[in-house]
Amino acid sequence: MKIRYAMLAVCAGVLTVASQMVLSEDDDHGKHQTKWFERTPDVARVDNAQYVKECGGCHFAYQPGLLPERSWRKVMNQLKDHFGDNAELSAPTHEQVLAYLVANSAEHGSYRRSEKILRSIAASDAPDRITNTPYIRHKHDELPVKLVKGNDKVGSLSNCAACHTKAEQGSFREGEIRIPGRGGWED
Amino acid sequence: MKTSTLFAVAFTILTFNAAHATAVTDLLQKYQAQGAQQFEAQAGKTLWTRSFGVSSEGKERRCATCHTEDLRQTGKHIKTGKVIEPLAPSVNTKRLTDIAEIEKWFKRNCEWTLGRECSVQEKGDFLSYILMQ
Repeated sequence: MKIRYAMLAVCAGVLTVASQMVLSEDDDHGKHQTKWFERTPDVARVDNAQYVKECGGCHFAYQPGLLPERSWRKVMNQLKDHFGDNAELSAPTHEQVLAYLVANSAEHGSYRRSEKILRSIAASDAPDRITNTPYIRHKHDELPVKLVKGNDKVGSLSNCAACHTKAEQGSFREGEIRIPGRGGWED
Repeated sequence: MKTSTLFAVAFTILTFNAAHATAVTDLLQKYQAQGAQQFEAQAGKTLWTRSFGVSSEGKERRCATCHTEDLRQTGKHIKTGKVIEPLAPSVNTKRLTDIAEIEKWFKRNCEWTLGRECSVQEKGDFLSYILMQ
């Protein structure tokens, strides 16, 4: 009996040590890669008032973690024709917004969606639309047109917050989806 | 500044708070210094509802397209659907209080609507019109 207890204690001890080793493993050059069993937030929340004001005035304030740095640089270089609109900023504001985007792009932090988006994009590509990243395209590829483009409460996939009820908090989980006129969505 | 314009502006300003007074008078003076003539709210209204063509997505290029013809109502960005707070200072006291903001939106929105920057005359006429809403 005592031996059994002793063996149990040893096993428990080994498991504890082993799990700590696995969970704190950090030999991936300083950036922690999310393990399959780890639940990290989808994407870092927007926490920059200037960004919300300058870029969230006309559309959803997309979290910087939804695109890689090279994509943000591309967008910021084309503000004179920002998808058909002039979105130019004063020089100092431009610098500050760019700095915020670059510091918080998908390459930074440990966020599930950021990592998946990043991994889905070829190194030679720099999509200027989140909706053009392979990961996001794949996630929305079963949606019929009438629920998005044909839905006057949605209009476009770029209108994240129309269906993703917690988009502003940086959460895009399936259970939170409410498509106007339809309700929830499950794959 | 011409006396009649000054009087008209002062009268309008007296009915609104000081913040509007500073920003708008400063801008109107600046525009006049750059060659604008007497400002007319009616001219601003005409510009507001005038159509400057159609965009590639079939949207009419008019101020009213996004901001509506009644500046006291909320508007909607025609592409993104984002709600635009009312432009009328009588309903939204934050409007017309920040010179940088006014100039920023003139630059962006005139480019889209008129296809060019608004002239100082047009900007002054617009401000005179919006101030009265």
